[in-house]
Amino acid sequence: MTSAKRVAIMVTCMVDQVMPEVGVAAVRLLRRAGYTVEFPAEQTCCGQPFFNSGFRAQAADLAKRSLDIFEPYDAVVLPGGSCAAMIRKEYPHLLERWPGGVARAEALAARTYELSEFLVHVAGWQPAPAAGAPRVTYHDSCHMNRLLGLGAESRALLSAAGCAIVEMHESDRCCGFGGVFSIRIPEVSNAMTQEKVRRADATGAEVLVSADPGCLMQMRGFAHQTGMRLAHLAVLLEELTR
Amino acid sequence: MSEVSFHTFRAGAALAIANPHLQSAVDGATLKFRNDRRRALADLPDVEAMRDHFKAMRAATLANLGEHLEQFERQASAAGAHVHWARDAAEATQIVINIARQHGARLAVKAKSMTSEEIHLNAALDEAGIAPVETDLGEWIVQLAAESPAHIVVPALHKTRQQVAELFTREVGRPLSADDIPALTEEARRALRQKFLAAEIGISGANLGVAETGSIVLVTNEGNGRMVSSVPPVHVAIMGIEKVCPTWDDAAVWLELLARSSTGQPLSVYTTAITGPARESDADGPRVLHIVLYDGGRGGILGTGYEEVLQCIRCGACLNHCPVYQEIAGQTYGHAYSGPIGAVLVPLLHGLEQYEALPHASSLCGACLEVCPARIDLPRMLLDLRAEEVTRGIIGPPEQAVEKSAAWLLGQRRLFGLLTDAGRIFQRPLVGKDGLRVPRRLNPAQERRLPTLAPRSFHALWDELAAEAETAPAATPPRKAARKSSRGRMAALIGASALPLAVLWHLLRRRGRKER
Repeated sequence: MTSAKRVAIMVTCMVDQVMPEVGVAAVRLLRRAGYTVEFPAEQTCCGQPFFNSGFRAQAADLAKRSLDIFEPYDAVVLPGGSCAAMIRKEYPHLLERWPGGVARAEALAARTYELSEFLVHVAGWQPAPAAGAPRVTYHDSCHMNRLLGLGAESRALLSAAGCAIVEMHESDRCCGFGGVFSIRIPEVSNAMTQEKVRRADATGAEVLVSADPGCLMQMRGFAHQTGMRLAHLAVLLEELTR
Repeated sequence: MSEVSFHTFRAGAALAIANPHLQSAVDGATLKFRNDRRRALADLPDVEAMRDHFKAMRAATLANLGEHLEQFERQASAAGAHVHWARDAAEATQIVINIARQHGARLAVKAKSMTSEEIHLNAALDEAGIAPVETDLGEWIVQLAAESPAHIVVPALHKTRQQVAELFTREVGRPLSADDIPALTEEARRALRQKFLAAEIGISGANLGVAETGSIVLVTNEGNGRMVSSVPPVHVAIMGIEKVCPTWDDAAVWLELLARSSTGQPLSVYTTAITGPARESDADGPRVLHIVLYDGGRGGILGTGYEEVLQCIRCGACLNHCPVYQEIAGQTYGHAYSGPIGAVLVPLLHGLEQYEALPHASSLCGACLEVCPARIDLPRMLLDLRAEEVTRGIIGPPEQAVEKSAAWLLGQRRLFGLLTDAGRIFQRPLVGKDGLRVPRRLNPAQERRLPTLAPRSFHALWDELAAEAETAPAATPPRKAARKSSRGRMAALIGASALPLAVLWHLLRRRGRKER
C-alpha cells in the first residue's frame, strides 16, 4: 500500500493557523522515516468543529471536501489524534446519506493514520536515544486514546528517543478543551485545564507532551502557572532526532 | 424560558468551581469511587464479556418492553401486590397520595429513590398534608438542607462533615461536633428510628424488577431500605418502566455489575428482593404492597435513536468518571439526574428547549462510555442532541449564521488563507507576551491566555519545507521568506475581513451570557 513510500500530510486547521511548527516537525519526522511527504494545498479543516457543535450538514460538506482532496493518496498522516479520529470514526456515518459516501469514507479511513501510529506501525521507525533528552509526562488525549486506542506508540517513541516518562495521575483525564466546549462553557473548560496542568506539573517533568494540537493549545493557556514546557510529540521528537 | 439555559448553567458552574468545600468533597468522593470500581471489576473473571452480555440483555428487554412489563404485572399481582401504571409525574404522585390517604397516613418514611426525586414526590406529599422523611443518610442531609441531590447514588457527596454537623445541630436542637462522626450518625439513627416506628407508609424506589416472579429488588447500604419496606404496614415502590428484566439469571448479572460499577462493592450491604406483601404466616412486614410503574416520558424514547439511554441502571459510574461533573457536581445540572447520563436523559424526558445547555455540558471525552456497565454511547447521543438543537432552531439565528459562514469559509481555501493572513495583521495590536488580549467580557476568567495566529501559516511555510527535502534535513526552522505578491490583494481585503474567527468567538461567548 505504501510501497512507494509516499504519504500525504493533513496538518489540520489548528496546526496550519496556530502552530505550524508542529506540521513542519511532522513532515521532517516522516522524511527521516524514509517517506516522501506531499502536502495537498487545498486542505483546510476536517469538519470536526461543526460536527461537535451539531452542524452536521456543514461538517458533511467539509468531510466530502477532505475526501476529494485526500482520496488520491495511498496514506494520509495527521499530527493530531482528534482529527484522525474524526476521519476514521465519524466520516463513514456522517456521509451515510450521500450515495457512495460510506464506501469512500471507509476506504479513506482505512489509510488514515495519526502520526505516532504511522511511525510505529507502518514505518517501523524508531528514534535513536538522544543525549540530554528531557523528563516528560504524556497527556493521553481523549479521542486518540478512547477512539483510536493510541498512547503506547507515543510513549514508545519518547522512550526510544531517550526521554524518561513520569506518568501523571490519570493521564487519560480530559484536558478541558473539547473544541467548541471551551467557548460555550469556558468556566468549566478552564477549571478542567487547570486541574490537568496541575497534575502534570506535580510529576516534576520538564516537558508536558501531547500528540493533539487542540489539547496543547488549550493547556498552553495555563502553562504560565507552571514551569513546564508544553510540546507537541512531533516537535520534541524532531528536536531529539536531528 | 429554559430551565437550564447556557446562562444558568454557566452561572451555577462558576459558583460550584469557586466553592472550595464542594471541590474537595467531590474530588475525594469521585476519586474513591473510581479506584474502588476498578478494583471491584478486576475481581470478575471476564468483565468485558459480562458487560457485552448485559448490554445485549438490556437491549433485548427494551425491544419487547411491553411484554416483560405485562408479565411483571401478572406475576406481581399473583403474588399479592397492587400494580399501578403512571403516565406522568402528576399521575404517579396522585397514586401515592391516594394510597397514603386510604391508610390515613400522616407520615411517610422514604428510602432513596431517584424516581421519586424525578416526580418531586416530597413536595406533592407535603402539599397533601403527608410529611415525607428521607431515611437514607445522604438524602436526609439533602432534605434538611432543602437541596436536590448532588449525585444519583450519593446525594450529599458535596457536603463536608462540618456542613452536616450544622444541619444536624439545627435539626436536633443541640450542638453537635463535626469531629465526632459516630456521634453524628448515632443522632441520625436515633431521629430516624422514631420515624420508622411512627410512619404509616413506607415509600421506596426499585433498582430493578424481575418479570418471571413479579419481584422488585432494592439495593441499599444503610439498612434503611429494609426498614422502609418492612416496618410500616404499607409499602409503595415506584419503579421506572425501563427497570424490568425478564429472569433472575438476568437480575444476577445486573446485580453483579451494579454495585461494582457504582460504589466498588461486590454487592451492596443489603440486596432486598420483595415478592408480594407479607404472608399471613410472616411475623412482620407490610400487609399491603403497591408497585407504581412509572413512564414519565420513557415510553416516548423507545423506538427512537435514543432508546439505548433506557439501558441505564443508575450506577453513577459516568458521573464519577466525568471531568465536567467533577468540577461542578450535580446541582448545576438543574435536575436530580446529573452528569453525562443526566445531560442526555433530562432533555429527552423534559424537553430539549427546557434543558438546552445540558447536551453541551461535555467535552466529549468519552470517559462515560468507557465505564458504563451497559456501554451506553452517551457521547453519540450528546452529539445527536446538539444536532437536533441546530435543526430545531434551539440554537439561535446569530450563532447559526456564524457557524455556517465559518464552515463555508473553510470550504474556500484561497479566501480562508487571505482572511487569516489579514487576521495576522489585525491581531498585532492585541498580541502581548501573554497571548491575545481581548476585552474582559470576551475572556471572563482572564486566567486563560488565548492563542494567537502564528506569524506564518503552514501553507505559507510549505514551499521552503518542500525545498528542504532536496537538501540535507535542516536543523532550524525555515527562514522567513519574502512575502509573496498576494500581499497586495490581501491588503485590499483587510477592510472587509473583520476577523471571522474573532467574531465567532465573540458571538458564542455573548450567547452564553445572554439572559433568556
